[in-house]
Amino acid sequence: MPESSAGTLTAPEKPAKQKPGGTLYRGREGMWSWVLHRITGVAIFFFLLVHILDTALVRVSPEAYNAVIGTYQTPIMGLGEVALVGAIVFHALNGLRIILVDFWTWATRHQKVLFWIVIALWVVTMLAFTPRHLINVFSH
Amino acid sequence: MTTIEAPRTPVRPAPKRGVNLEKWGWIYMRVSGVVLIVLIFTHLFVNLMLGDGVKAIDFGFVGGKWADPFWQWWDVAMLWLALIHGANGMRTIVNDYTKPGTAQKLLKLALFLAAAVLIVLGTLVVFTFDPCPAGAPADLLPSFCAA
Ligand code: HEM
Ligand code: HEM
Repeated sequence: MPESSAGTLTAPEKPAKQKPGGTLYRGREGMWSWVLHRITGVAIFFFLLVHILDTALVRVSPEAYNAVIGTYQTPIMGLGEVALVGAIVFHALNGLRIILVDFWTWATRHQKVLFWIVIALWVVTMLAFTPRHLINVFSH
Repeated sequence: MTTIEAPRTPVRPAPKRGVNLEKWGWIYMRVSGVVLIVLIFTHLFVNLMLGDGVKAIDFGFVGGKWADPFWQWWDVAMLWLALIHGANGMRTIVNDYTKPGTAQKLLKLALFLAAAVLIVLGTLVVFTFDPCPAGAPADLLPSFCAA
């Protein structure tokens, strides 16, 4: 890794055409893990807002709750739940990666490998989850 | 020439005295994250994988779970930790994409209110829940209501 000792960087007024990936960060594992972490975090947040409201319907009446939770059991929502679980599993695994990178110098140096480990674990988890969930949604 | 500050130039040095809230926010994101993995993965496993998964969820299912204080506290812990974590994360994003001013203040106020209202609502829902409301059709209620 090139050590830059310069205290400040100077950018030209008109930046020259840059190759994506011309830096250590842009277009690489570090950037994509950040982008995905941010997008999944926002998505889960908005889901949670709605989810607390739908759960609150148990205080209205059994009929009201069942009507809304019934929509969770339709094929389209079933696919949406695969996306939601996919988002959570990525955010959780990559969250652990962030924590390791923050506290452990080995992980800081190997953050790229760790990104691919996150992806691998994500694939394994989703392979275990998706078929069973879709069978539940599309049968009975 | 535009001068870009070095990455580690402190914009506002952390206060020397008193609590550093940003630091505790940073720590909170990590501690709550680790705990949330256990809470949320279990929540999803129990509600989506066991038995018939999502197809088995109805009023009676919730009544059965919240009859046990264990799951009541589980859900309340998940509610508080996840909402504060999510709202604080959203605050970071607001800081990144807006400049200081009224709009930024309003966005943060909205985040704060959404989290506060839903935490109070969700906590009340768990602890004031009545699994056997009077007058409801028996077939919609948990089986223990009949006794
Ligand atoms: C499709 C996926 C999901 C389903 C089917 C589902 C289902 C449920 C159900 C049936 C309840 C009622 C009580 C219980 O079962 O414990 C509940 C409550 C709750 N869920 Fe989920 N959930 C899902 C995803 C999530 C996720 C991703 C989160 C966290 C980000 C979450 C957070 C909560 C919280 C905090 C409560 C308690 C709400 C309250 O206090 O009123 N759930 N969920
Ligand atoms: C499942 C366990 C989770 C783990 C391990 C986790 C971990 C993390 C970590 C380590 C950060 C980075 C904080 C920083 O950079 O200072 C973060 C950010 C964030 N998290 Fe989570 N989180 C989890 C669940 C959630 C949930 C349930 C939500 C939504 C309610 C959420 C929403 C966010 C948001 C919006 C951010 C900010 C993203 C950004 O700044 O780009 N996370 N999370």
